[in-house]
Amino acid sequence: MREQRLWTWHMGAGVVILVFLGLHMTVMHLEGIVGIFNPAEGELPVAWANVVERSKSAFFMVTYIVLLGAALYHGLFGLRTIIEELNPAAAVKKAVSAVLTVGGLLLFAFGTFSAWASYQLARGL
Amino acid sequence: MVEYKGRSNRLGIWGWLGGGRWGFERYLYTLHRVTGLGILAYFILHIFVTSARAFGQEAWAAAMGRVTGPLFTIGEFLVFAAFAFHAVNGVRLFLIELGWGVGKPIEPVFPYRTSVHVQRPLAVCVMIVAAIVAVMGGLDFLGRH
Repeated sequence: MREQRLWTWHMGAGVVILVFLGLHMTVMHLEGIVGIFNPAEGELPVAWANVVERSKSAFFMVTYIVLLGAALYHGLFGLRTIIEELNPAAAVKKAVSAVLTVGGLLLFAFGTFSAWASYQLARGL
Repeated sequence: MVEYKGRSNRLGIWGWLGGGRWGFERYLYTLHRVTGLGILAYFILHIFVTSARAFGQEAWAAAMGRVTGPLFTIGEFLVFAAFAFHAVNGVRLFLIELGWGVGKPIEPVFPYRTSVHVQRPLAVCVMIVAAIVAVMGGLDFLGRH
């Protein structure tokens, strides 16, 4: 039952990623075709002027954090599934779950801090 | 409660990667996992690299300077193509998981038809969409460099 619940979360996170990563990829990699959220004329999406404009937006700050959480859960749960498909011993399965949970939470904390700090920094500029 | 120990993993990694004669969808399964691992590795690095923007313009320029050059550009395009495949194939898996696109149960009457006959066109359509998205991303990369 617990595994089924985790799998359902995995699928739900996939839908969230499809929406927000789809937007992220459109902004960052299809800027020549769909020029949205890159206000600096003739600059790349990773140019500082464009990065600051996006970082100023509360929408981007919140959706980055939602995407970060969904992508970490989806990716790390996927990695756990792949490892478990190789049929390791029960102790290894437990250790893998523990390491991935702690690692995921640390990465989420760090990424959330970065999104919040850049939002504060960009609004102060 | 008796713990299920499964079967011994005689083939190891190859048992996971190789599809034998299981068909097209079995290879999509392998590719879904390989692209997933690639995207995860990139994503973890991406969290650290892009966090530089929180420390100002110089830190951002230094971080971007460390990830430029033809190798990074090719790598970035491969991640984009992996994303295109993983996303569109993920939609296919989602539909199949919910029982859409697998057809209705039918009598086993000769000439036999299986669920694969219904699923195959979906798999082919998905690969075409993934290829179109990857090519659009590739054109953007070429236009930039």
